[in-house]
Amino acid sequence: MAYKLIGKDFIPQDVRPKVTGAGKYTEDFKVDGMVYMKMLLCPMPSANVTSFDATEALDMPGVFGVLTADEVPQVEEPGFPMLTNKPRQLGMPIAAIAAETESIAAEALEKIKVTFDPQPFVLDPLESLYPGGPNALDGGNVTGGEIQGGATIGGNKIHNYKWTARDFAVAGDEKMPMGAAPVEWAVGDVDAAFTEAALIIDEPFVTASSSHAALEPRSVLSYWENGKCFIHGSSQSQSWMMPGLARMMNVSLDDLVYIAEYCGGGFGSKATPYPVQGMTAYMSKKIGRPVMLRVTRAEEYHLGGQRPGFQGQVKMGFDVHGKMTACDLYIVQSGGPNRGSGDYSSAAGAVALVYTPTNMRFRGAAVVTNKPWHVSQRGPGQNQIACVIEPLLDRAAKELGIDRIAIRNLNAPEADVEFTNRNSTVTSMYLKDAFSLGADLFKWEEKKKMSGQRNGSKVIGVGVGTAYHSAGSNGFDGLLSIRPDGKLYVHSGVGNLGTYSYAGTSRAAAEVLQCSWDNTVVLRGDSRQGLPWTLAQFGSNSSYTNTRTNFVAATKMKKMLQRLAAQELGDTPEDYDVANETIFHTSNDTKIMTFAEAGSKAIELGGEWDGHEYPDNLNDVTKSAMKKVVGSGLVAAAKDELPKEGSVPGMATGYCMIELDTETGKFEILEYHSVADCGTVLHPKGLEQQLRGGAVMGIGEAVLDRVIYDPQNGLCATVGLYQTKPPSILDVPSNMEMSAVNKPDPSNPLGVKGIGEPAMGCAAAALLCAISDATGTYFNRTPIDPDMIINALSGRPQSFKPLQVNT
Amino acid sequence: MQKKFNSDRYDPLCTIRNSFSRRHFIKGVIAAGAVAGAAGLVTGCSDSSNNSGGAASVERLVTINVNGRSRPVDVMPNETLAHTLRNKLSLTGTKIGCDRGACGACTVMIDGVTQNSCSILTHTVRAGNVVTVEGVGGVNGQLHPVQTAMIEELAPQCGFCTPGQVVSGVSLLQRNPNPSREEVRQALAGNLCRCGAYNNYINAIVKAAGSA
Repeated sequence: MAYKLIGKDFIPQDVRPKVTGAGKYTEDFKVDGMVYMKMLLCPMPSANVTSFDATEALDMPGVFGVLTADEVPQVEEPGFPMLTNKPRQLGMPIAAIAAETESIAAEALEKIKVTFDPQPFVLDPLESLYPGGPNALDGGNVTGGEIQGGATIGGNKIHNYKWTARDFAVAGDEKMPMGAAPVEWAVGDVDAAFTEAALIIDEPFVTASSSHAALEPRSVLSYWENGKCFIHGSSQSQSWMMPGLARMMNVSLDDLVYIAEYCGGGFGSKATPYPVQGMTAYMSKKIGRPVMLRVTRAEEYHLGGQRPGFQGQVKMGFDVHGKMTACDLYIVQSGGPNRGSGDYSSAAGAVALVYTPTNMRFRGAAVVTNKPWHVSQRGPGQNQIACVIEPLLDRAAKELGIDRIAIRNLNAPEADVEFTNRNSTVTSMYLKDAFSLGADLFKWEEKKKMSGQRNGSKVIGVGVGTAYHSAGSNGFDGLLSIRPDGKLYVHSGVGNLGTYSYAGTSRAAAEVLQCSWDNTVVLRGDSRQGLPWTLAQFGSNSSYTNTRTNFVAATKMKKMLQRLAAQELGDTPEDYDVANETIFHTSNDTKIMTFAEAGSKAIELGGEWDGHEYPDNLNDVTKSAMKKVVGSGLVAAAKDELPKEGSVPGMATGYCMIELDTETGKFEILEYHSVADCGTVLHPKGLEQQLRGGAVMGIGEAVLDRVIYDPQNGLCATVGLYQTKPPSILDVPSNMEMSAVNKPDPSNPLGVKGIGEPAMGCAAAALLCAISDATGTYFNRTPIDPDMIINALSGRPQSFKPLQVNT
Repeated sequence: MQKKFNSDRYDPLCTIRNSFSRRHFIKGVIAAGAVAGAAGLVTGCSDSSNNSGGAASVERLVTINVNGRSRPVDVMPNETLAHTLRNKLSLTGTKIGCDRGACGACTVMIDGVTQNSCSILTHTVRAGNVVTVEGVGGVNGQLHPVQTAMIEELAPQCGFCTPGQVVSGVSLLQRNPNPSREEVRQALAGNLCRCGAYNNYINAIVKAAGSA
């Protein structure tokens, strides 16, 4: 189908403010009477506060107040507290001070007399699973799954789970101890399949925790006006923040104003309401002044979330052709002292889909530790496991004498795939097309011949990587208005993470209504604009989810326009069509109504036309938004009830060539190419950005990003960008090539799927595979650093044991 | 001899760099009497604004030239240029990503040379000309060709590092009107972008080079 807007480049409205510096991030706002808040953070990994005296601090000139744990809602373990007297991680907030300046607040913090009773702590999940090992929380050490002994409890409750000493003794240092698992599922019979396998690969692995390291730390500004709570937040999401913040602040949706026009990166860490937002609002309520909390970079490492790390064992069986006939996967996920994310389960799902093993068993445990809050990061689970499986798949290909793309193709799913014990399905699947296109564009056959070529101390390595993410959701609301100024207003509840999907998806509405983009206005970033309910901007879902909501609302709007024209100008709605900001009679030129006239008429008519009446199936957030939109013009609000069966697979493949110096362990990425299966391309430049940006972050995951702890005191040694540096421009190639299969997903009215997350995982995997290709070593660990490469090449043992973490 | 590094920030041959080094900055802060709190040493979360009074050895009411205008401003002795620009002169285009000279989000030009304004004390730039992202374009709001090209190339993602990337790009074109991709890469080496938009920034600056 020929589209006017879909698949075309355009300039989103927020690009210019970004390059001029005019775009306002939370920290850039100033409000009259604003004071600054600073937090007292726990200086050790686990402690109980035994005494607290802020008298001297409160006596200081310029100090407006202190906020303690007793004054804010408390959460049960394993929730993340706003303020607590039982901090269970380094840097967990205990109290906060508001003062005229940050310096006064910081000085006042020094005057608080606080004593701690240090508690046992744990940083390595395996240590916590050892019989008698320390638990990070009072209530236990594992979240999710079955409690020991069998009974199932609610998904996120904390419980005590220990393996036996025998489990550890049998495994030794070289293999993952694999005691009973709180989470387990199986398809087929893995043990039987292994007995018939032509090749078995059985390896332990570790993937490091890593900070999201968004460039903007999570600042918050909050104030109260006429009973309404205003929060300016740094968040990926807009409407998704509303219900959680309203609950946190105990106000109605109508009494919450959430402003997040710009967000300086999130990558999963700013997707949902977070405790410092509530803390700032409670402080503002207490002292009756606007309060600004500027979170520092070091604080961001404690409070900003980390990707959960994995320790595990994977055993894979292959037949002589390279088909994966069995996969036995065990993952212990390292979380913080809080509700874990589902990375380990998502990882298992990814293995089941991307490699379609005939028989599979997954066992897993999500263990809490006294490390910082762990939360989903771009490609949660799928990207970690791509780093584990992909190099081992290369090893299998090598041992079986099969091409590395061929083995991936052989195991790749078709559109009718059923995967995991739930027999999950997908809405579309073009992974094989992506391999085929990628092999052509990257010139795989030529590049493959260069593998191993030496130039002095340097050697060429090539690699291919694959990643998946479930990239789309449904059931949310769309909201449009056409106003007396003759413009189409798309009310977007999507956040502004920097992907421009808020804008790309708004074009779906303009496309349906054949409205020019110049006369389309996207309302966003401030709940007072009247923004409908939609999913958080995470999980690569926005493109899919919100093309659907806008399609549904625009379809409704078109019908309303046709009915309105028929009512005003005569004949039937079917006699009218919509284009160029007019509603016109298809066989009578004189019968025409402009958008401007329709907007005015709707206000005059009221009722169902201008938002006074709306469907009851809308979410409460949308209903609250309707109160702000009502009477502004012709208003169409609708819930997405289009059919959708199965997961929406965003699939990405990456192809990489490196030159590795065998004397230094350093390498340069000579070429990188990525090919995506993201359905119909919605916004070509936006897609390029996601594939390139994902590649950069993937390079970080493969060779840079980690968090290191002092095991004795539990102190984190990586609390600065100079200590754990994200990839710089010098770490990545200056020109990365991007392409897409560009075949539509049938479950989306415009064929669109998401892609942001697998774009990262495939790059990480491709780079790891290229390093393995150049060195002949499979490291079973991320990140790989030059020391590890040198050790491997010189036959020296690594400086860590196979399952050691926090290194 | 071919120079490996062309960025002013990393050029070992550049003498100007010495006068604004991190060491110089720390010496300045110590001289001004700033004290780090003990809690900050443990968690690494010490205060960053440094705007309370220290030793009054430096005049507080100073005039600095920012974007071609003389701006009288009351600064604390230990106040950073980033803090002054953002909080006293309302030039919030300059971002603070780390406050430690590690990310480049606060990049400004001082006498044409890019510097991390989080690591410069305001009172040390009284004799200099400071240019921020707000000052790189024309007087009537015209964009600099680097900015125009960044819009066309959809260079920014989240946009938080973008002002720093713009300033580094403009500074590069001022001293090298026709840089190669590699030279652009070196010039932006001090500007981290977690979204990974590096290729797009290079594309934009190379594109702008013709018209700057």
